[in-house]
Amino acid sequence: MAANPQALYSEEADRQTSMSGKLLSAKNVTLEYRTPERLVRATHDVSFDVYGADRFVLLGPSGCGKSTLLKAVAGFIEPVAGSIEIGGERVRGPGADRIVVFQEFDQLPPWKTVLQNVAFPLRVARKLGRAEARERALHYLDKVGLAKFADAYPHTLSGGMKQRVAIARALAMQPRVLLMDEPFAALDALTRRRMQEELLRLWSDERFTLLFVTHSIEEALIIGNRILLLTPHPGRVRAELNSHQYTQESMGRGEFQQSVARIHRLLFEEEAQ
Amino acid sequence: MSTPHLIVPPVRPEYEVTPAALAGVEHEAPLPLAKRLADRAWLRKSIIAIVLIAIWEIAARAVDNDLLLPTFSATFVAFVQGIASGELIAKVGISMSVLLRGYALGAALAFVLTSLAVSTRIGRDILSMLTAMFNPLPSIALLPLALLWFGLGTGSLLFVLVHSVLWPLALNTYSGFQAVPSTLRMTGRNYGLTGMRHVMLILVPAAMPSILAGLRVGWAFAWRTLIAAELVFGASSGKGGLGWYIFQNRNELYTDRVFAGLAAVIVIGLAVEHLVFDTVERVTVRRWGVQQ
Repeated sequence: MAANPQALYSEEADRQTSMSGKLLSAKNVTLEYRTPERLVRATHDVSFDVYGADRFVLLGPSGCGKSTLLKAVAGFIEPVAGSIEIGGERVRGPGADRIVVFQEFDQLPPWKTVLQNVAFPLRVARKLGRAEARERALHYLDKVGLAKFADAYPHTLSGGMKQRVAIARALAMQPRVLLMDEPFAALDALTRRRMQEELLRLWSDERFTLLFVTHSIEEALIIGNRILLLTPHPGRVRAELNSHQYTQESMGRGEFQQSVARIHRLLFEEEAQ
Repeated sequence: MSTPHLIVPPVRPEYEVTPAALAGVEHEAPLPLAKRLADRAWLRKSIIAIVLIAIWEIAARAVDNDLLLPTFSATFVAFVQGIASGELIAKVGISMSVLLRGYALGAALAFVLTSLAVSTRIGRDILSMLTAMFNPLPSIALLPLALLWFGLGTGSLLFVLVHSVLWPLALNTYSGFQAVPSTLRMTGRNYGLTGMRHVMLILVPAAMPSILAGLRVGWAFAWRTLIAAELVFGASSGKGGLGWYIFQNRNELYTDRVFAGLAAVIVIGLAVEHLVFDTVERVTVRRWGVQQ
């Protein structure tokens, strides 16, 4: 049942391909969080498997617990029931093998320049030497097109550039799973489109494993090769779909529109009844 | 006014224009000299200082009593004489050495307390209890007790100095730690940072604006406390500081020297404020864009 992510780029069809194995699996995960007055169940009995080099999207309306699920994979939240495993090892707390790109622009420490921001986790978590960390940071900054801004401070950058730095930082760490929590939601529509393109281009270069949270059906279809649909209050699995056939060029085409309509129906038909 | 049929705008043709290079129009022009000068903070502040000194001089000449209010020029002469004879410099040196030791000790203790408070719940309770208890207590009120415990000397001064620096700085630092955005905290934990490393590498720089504000307040409190304490118990073993200088000269009715001593406190305060704290601010929080 592994989706074939290679199918997205047809020019690579003749290249040697090999199937990846299961990398991340969530088993019957139930998550709860506390507000001052009550205990809220964010997800109930959610299971899914992410394979290596997947672009796995968690999609659902607000309140479906998709961000909470991502935070649980990152290790910030402990499941009440069920387990999350990476490569057969249970997730216990945050770690540098899963790097998160958050939606908020303040995820970059403002006291570090762009280059220092990317190099810092390499030094503290990967124990790289100064020169080596710098070199790798510059390499990934170049990949996101920000090599020119290496010595700028984050407050001088635009929102899209800050997100690029966060992405470069995450990629430079070469995590086993890259976690993205609505990273483009706070960007304007044009920038968001460009960032989606860039993310796909980076993926085709690097073949990282991506777990991506969004509430936009179009974004899910474009970014993902596989989509987990969640229904709200509490979050439960509604469907798991393939979307490897779509790129940004597919937007507006009939088939793409049908998929959007299908997901819309899956997510909202109960409410309509 | 109602019209019977729907109004539709006409369909106009599309067109494209390539902007021609502008000749003789400057995109950027330098500001006029007067505006640039008005933008200099040191110039504005110097003018304020000159105005204040002028008011002082006029008032002193109107009062015309050197014992009550010496003129600025008399004070200036006494100040220069004090410096030339080395007496004032020696007094300032003694005060500064005690002050810096007490300040450093207080800052270190505040750091330990807040680090505990930010990492454990019991540490938080300890900090909030202690600050609520001791922050309202004036340092000078503790001086008699300090004299009993540590005797006449540097020990007592250090005790009251630490007391005056510790609580305001701890409160400021802790509120700064609490204001660190949760995204930034999660980022740090995501890198695998825990405990002291998390505090030092993430929380301290992120809370820098509050910490600097606390250091400024602590510095002012420390000065006040030190001068007041020196006034109260004066010299120990013949080594008095600036407060003692002021007290002694008041007893001998050298009012101009009293003013010179006070002026020394003010000058040092201004110098530290502008040279030390402003510089630190410029190379940290302003550069990072977290404070205007």
